[in-house]
Amino acid sequence: MDTFRYLPGVATLKLDPEPCIGCGMCSTVCPHGVFEVEKGEKATIIAHDLCMECGACATNCPVKAISVTPGVGCASYIIQVWLKGKEAADCGPDCC
Amino acid sequence: MAKIDDEPCCGAPAGPPSSHIERPGYQLWHFVEDLVETPVGPVPKVSTNLVMSDQMGAIRVRLGYKRNDYKVAPGLYCVGSPGPEDPVFVTANYKLSFDALRRELTGISGWILVLDTRGINVWCAAGKKTFSTEEVCRQVKATQLDKIIKHRELILPQLGAPGVSAFDVRKACRFKVIWGPVQANDIPEFIRAGKKAEPHMRRPTFTLADRLVLVPVELSLILSRTTVLVLFGIMLLSGIGTEIFSISAAWQRGLMAIAALFSGVIAGAVLTPALLPWIPGKQFALKGIILGLMAGYATIFLHKGNISTLEIAAMVLSAVAISSYAAMNFTGATPYTSPSGVEKEMRRFMPVQALAVLGAIIAWVAAPFI
Repeated sequence: MDTFRYLPGVATLKLDPEPCIGCGMCSTVCPHGVFEVEKGEKATIIAHDLCMECGACATNCPVKAISVTPGVGCASYIIQVWLKGKEAADCGPDCC
Repeated sequence: MAKIDDEPCCGAPAGPPSSHIERPGYQLWHFVEDLVETPVGPVPKVSTNLVMSDQMGAIRVRLGYKRNDYKVAPGLYCVGSPGPEDPVFVTANYKLSFDALRRELTGISGWILVLDTRGINVWCAAGKKTFSTEEVCRQVKATQLDKIIKHRELILPQLGAPGVSAFDVRKACRFKVIWGPVQANDIPEFIRAGKKAEPHMRRPTFTLADRLVLVPVELSLILSRTTVLVLFGIMLLSGIGTEIFSISAAWQRGLMAIAALFSGVIAGAVLTPALLPWIPGKQFALKGIILGLMAGYATIFLHKGNISTLEIAAMVLSAVAISSYAAMNFTGATPYTSPSGVEKEMRRFMPVQALAVLGAIIAWVAAPFI
């Protein structure tokens, strides 16, 4: 997986270290090793550009220290958002 | 009148009687081996072997045929000879996901809790929030899981994490979520290690085989009814010339144009996924342009007979536009592209693709007059 890196500097991922309790859940659920949590320490983002904005970390953060605009990285879905707006957008019946 | 017992009707003798696990009004799945009695009633026990019909079904959906209608009923199943202490594995009701899980549970006794994800795989369903905290708790309650098992642990696939909050599940139905490996084939090792996933089990792979298996669906998304209309339109455009309209030109030039478009589809939807890590650049649309240029030129070299510069330009431009668009669409099938990145490259490259199409049409229609 390390051979694949997508566009740098675009991911909307943000970590607020202040409320972080260092539980390590973000690092467990992230599919790309974006976080590192040393024992007894707060979480740090070690690979921001590997973030694919799936939202697993933010959903599973018990203190809401992580924010990310999650979404589907799918061109036909994004076109739908442009045309119909976020509410009515749908990947269509043949999407994932 | 003939006696039934000693004089069967023509043909083979009667088959075996109905199985004791059949129920009136229900069709029995071939993978259900037995019904296991529990304090809240019988639970179907499933086989861990995949048979021909499972494999044919997998091929069918991999080809994109009726992919949205490949489901098993949500609810509780079991494998092996499970007891109240055995683990509970949670999955989606997409049959491909369910099959992948039960196959890996060979030699393991446990329970399978299938969520109603509307027949969508775990990762996509988590993104669409049908694989969700609410759905986990709903199925736990509906199946009365707490009356069947003694522990309070659920093993969820890690890729379900975008839709399920482990902390909220604990709050809402007092079950602890344990994040299992990304891939079902790591489950035996995960269980042996005491329900601990090694770092490599926490990352999706995207090998050549992983990418190639996605190609037929990419192609099926491109080849639709609209495609036929587009091809017909291209034939019509190709017939326009100095004699106003020529059927033979429509056919001959039309085929040339279609060959160029076809080369663009192959470049963007087949070669780009296959060669992904080796094509320069990070942006998919750009990778598609590079391969589209090569494919467009290759089509011209294969063509015998006269071909004007304008026609060459039109063919290359159209191959580039289609290849770039198809490659850009492949982002939706990868396990590493972010929506922000996809949107960024779409804003950058969709005007380029549109201009290429426009340029191709103008050059193609103008060519016979020059």
